Amino acid sequence: MRLTILDDGHGIRAKAMFVLIRVFSGHPVVDAVKLALYRPSFYRAGGLTQEAMRGPSEWSVADRELMAAYVSKMNETEFCIAAHTATSALAYNDGAKVSAALADLETAPLTEPLRATLRLLGKLTRENNVDAEDVRNVLAAGASAQQIKDALAVAFAFNVTDRLADVFNFATDDPAAINAGAKYLLTRGYR
Amino acid sequence: MSDIASLHRSLVERVLEGEGRASHEIRRAAFDNVGLAEPVRGFVEKVAHGARTVTDADIDTLRNASLSEDQIYEIVVCAAIGQATRQYQNALAALSSATGGD
Repeated sequence: MRLTILDDGHGIRAKAMFVLIRVFSGHPVVDAVKLALYRPSFYRAGGLTQEAMRGPSEWSVADRELMAAYVSKMNETEFCIAAHTATSALAYNDGAKVSAALADLETAPLTEPLRATLRLLGKLTRENNVDAEDVRNVLAAGASAQQIKDALAVAFAFNVTDRLADVFNFATDDPAAINAGAKYLLTRGYR
Repeated sequence: MSDIASLHRSLVERVLEGEGRASHEIRRAAFDNVGLAEPVRGFVEKVAHGARTVTDADIDTLRNASLSEDQIYEIVVCAAIGQATRQYQNALAALSSATGGD
């Protein structure tokens, strides 16, 4: 990473955890974990991300992981695209569906509420703004106001994470490490 | 339903008002992306609107301006959360408008 403190500036407890991760997962510690465990008294977003991604919602976990992948695609953040594409594919048990959604949102085999919601998140991420008409289009497609609010929470979490991943230059891990991370996120979440 | 409102408030309060190595003033300015002097101004603008274009040279420029790695880390975190917060609040306002809320 671009800041050496994020690679080796951690306290002794975090360093001990890195050893355990390496031993038990068989993979190097990914940069997202190194960031999460660096000075957690300052930047500690795991609870917010957990609520957005795993809290109660009419969206499934797979849907929300797809939203994370889609927002990351809009931001062109390679690490997060790979990580959340894998997690969504695993959660849906349908990698083709996720690949289709990221390749062409308009023709992918998605429900209309999800397609319209992803469209809204895409515009918000690319242009920084949406308006009431944009939201009305999502409501007309069948998403509830609460579903839109839940999706905006996912977009917030990944519009932060993507920027940090890009600025700090997260390594894009090998596919085996990405798949191991996807399994971890589905079983343990973001805390 | 999931609700990040209180978690969001806590996160923003912690990075702006909590203990840190960068001054509260520069953290707030990075969050708001206003009132910064070069070279931090241009860097924060990149974090907010073109994070993937940040380079090693951008970080070196900040180091050469006598900013420590922890100060750079805090400025990046504040800038990222600030821009994502503006996006989020804009969209919540659009949702409120579309649903007849206040």
